[in-house]
Amino acid sequence: MTDLYEAQRAMRNMRKAALQRGVIAILDVGSSKIACLVLRFDGERFMGGDGVGALAGQSSFRVIGAATTRSRGVRFGEIEAMAETERAIRTAVQAAQKMAQTRVDHVIACFSGGSPRSYGIAGQVEVEYDTVSEQDVARVLASSDVPDYGNHRDVLHAQPVNFQLDHRSGLKDPRGQIGQNLAVDMHMLTVDTASIQNLLYCIKRCDLEVAGLASGAYVSGISALVEDEQELGAACIDMGGGATDVSIFMKKHMIYADSVRMGGDHVTSDIAMGLQIPLATAERIKTFYGGIVATGMDDREMIEVGSDCGDWEKDRRTVSRAELIGIIRPRVEEILEGVRERLDAAGFEHMPSQQIVLTGGASQIPGLDSLAPKILGQNVRIGRPLRVQGLPQAATGAAFASAVGLCLFAANPQDEWWDFEIPAERYPARSLKRAVRWFKDNW
Amino acid sequence: MRPIDPTEFAKGPTAGGSARVSEAVARALRARRGDAESAPQRPRDPAPSRAAYRMNRLWLTPSFRFFLRRIAPVAAVAACIGLWFAPQDNREAFMGQVMAIKAEVQNRPEFMVKLMAIDGASGELSEDIREVMAQDFPVSSFDLDLPGLLAQVESLDAVESAGIHVRAGGILQVDIVERTPAVVWRSDLGLEMLDAEGHRVAALESRLDRPDLPLIAGEGADRAVEEALAILANAGPLTPRLRGLVRVGERRWNIVLDRDQEILLPEIKPLGALAQVVALDQAKDLLGRDVATVDMRRPTRPTVRLTEAAQDELKRLRGVELGVSYR
Repeated sequence: MTDLYEAQRAMRNMRKAALQRGVIAILDVGSSKIACLVLRFDGERFMGGDGVGALAGQSSFRVIGAATTRSRGVRFGEIEAMAETERAIRTAVQAAQKMAQTRVDHVIACFSGGSPRSYGIAGQVEVEYDTVSEQDVARVLASSDVPDYGNHRDVLHAQPVNFQLDHRSGLKDPRGQIGQNLAVDMHMLTVDTASIQNLLYCIKRCDLEVAGLASGAYVSGISALVEDEQELGAACIDMGGGATDVSIFMKKHMIYADSVRMGGDHVTSDIAMGLQIPLATAERIKTFYGGIVATGMDDREMIEVGSDCGDWEKDRRTVSRAELIGIIRPRVEEILEGVRERLDAAGFEHMPSQQIVLTGGASQIPGLDSLAPKILGQNVRIGRPLRVQGLPQAATGAAFASAVGLCLFAANPQDEWWDFEIPAERYPARSLKRAVRWFKDNW
Repeated sequence: MRPIDPTEFAKGPTAGGSARVSEAVARALRARRGDAESAPQRPRDPAPSRAAYRMNRLWLTPSFRFFLRRIAPVAAVAACIGLWFAPQDNREAFMGQVMAIKAEVQNRPEFMVKLMAIDGASGELSEDIREVMAQDFPVSSFDLDLPGLLAQVESLDAVESAGIHVRAGGILQVDIVERTPAVVWRSDLGLEMLDAEGHRVAALESRLDRPDLPLIAGEGADRAVEEALAILANAGPLTPRLRGLVRVGERRWNIVLDRDQEILLPEIKPLGALAQVVALDQAKDLLGRDVATVDMRRPTRPTVRLTEAAQDELKRLRGVELGVSYR
């Protein structure tokens, strides 16, 4: 646990260094595409008076390079063939660097694999003096009972969601307030260590320094949910290529994240298997003619399947669009049912607001907005990521929700457990800070 | 049995062959030739190789770019020049070339100074100046050390101030303001002419060369020439009888008249004392009498010393008066 904190703190310092230098890269390693954005931070130039500038400080950066490449060696959001993935990352990074005309050394990456699992944990502690100090916050965080999540898993996010001081709950920042009993609720997200290690290794092989890691579910929620949805409570469903991420937001904090290991690629492979065609053709047919709701017109709309095996009968096959929809729809239903399951498991029906936002590349399939309400509930909308400055038109689609979210994450990161002070008891025995603290306490 | 030539079957569909057969035959032929073409073509890998990726990143590094585009060319040129200059021969050849070009430019007729013109100096002084400057003409104006020449000219005693410049037409113009001699000073070293400020002008062979100038003598007289001139100017009726001034003890003046008469002036306010003497002389014809010195060192009490004869005469007259004879 301490090791991981050290690693996370090191990443945080790296990010600070990168922000100081002003250029940082964003790497979204997905199963169907790898996107790399290069951000330039112009510092305080866009900031307003009290540190909050235009668009709540989200316009403090500018995208100066963007590149996408077809993902290779990634399945279900996890790296399967390291060398292939490394090449794909290299391709994307080099193209983005070329567009930005600058070199990037620091990268913030997100990925959606590694079977994320979220835990709500709580801690409670007596306040040392009258008012809550930073040390009290540190102690209450340290006192929270961490569940045994297995030693092959790592904590990716651990965010304090809620502070409670005596009988008052819902505090954002308890410091300086008067009270006796400080409690905290935290949301912790763990993922497989191996998948993180693989990703880190791939990035390291590309001569890049990792300045941060984020869960794909979290960052796509940041970008696709509008502010009041984040505040009032909403679920973001990022339908990617190999995995569908589910994240639930409440009071601007993520309180739950999970992923369904199915996505657009499964639809493609269903089509390929059902129509006996190569995957590339299936992908093309899916994006051109795909749909979910069949109408009478679709029976008459014939699609040339085509192939080049040399057999005339086989090469000249056609399918009606209704048949295609008949292949696509069950899989999409299956995915959405998986999502429903996750939401039920998270207790989404007890949330005050039942808003669900679908985003990600697979959410662009026509007719999803009529199917999704049947499975997920009435308040469903198809979300597109926030517009950020300098983003090319090609990268504004729903497929780039997590990349854009990562930009926002890089610009204003949320405080995580490791960003708070270390409780004094945990300092090394001979630390100067500990000595200073002893003097403070005794005089 | 005759071997079958597969190309026989490889006719186009129009010529009675089968497209699929010809395709197969072509593949077989390619395989026989040993072409790697027969392997299914792999899709092009868009990924850059590791080396290419690193080179690309290196090139995008601002400091490296700056080094390669700004510093490296300069360093390369500097290194080339440095290597060429390393052998002694090259250096000498280069310097020789430079000197040759320099000399060629400097010796162009436009820059040559052909003669020297001296203004404001008498004949003797201009001879002296020419001697001191010892400049051979024609000479390039680049080789003339004008400040040095000026210092040389100004080092001459007879020159009060000098200006020196190269005039158009290749003439070295020397403008001189000469010192005008005001007095002749007789000292241990001989006769010298001094100007009004006591600065030496020139030596004098004989007093007779400049009978128009007054004569001063004594040690330190040159430092009090101004006072001497004031005294001379105020001598008034004594001027025709004046032989000269003598500085005594480097502090006061004696006026020497003809008939070996002397007026001893005080150290302070000598002009007042002189005026007193002149007044006495005009009233009582003091200096016309047989007086050796008029001592004005204490202006309140002028003292007169008589000559030997006058003293005797005075004694005799007193004796007559008293009826006593000293003899």
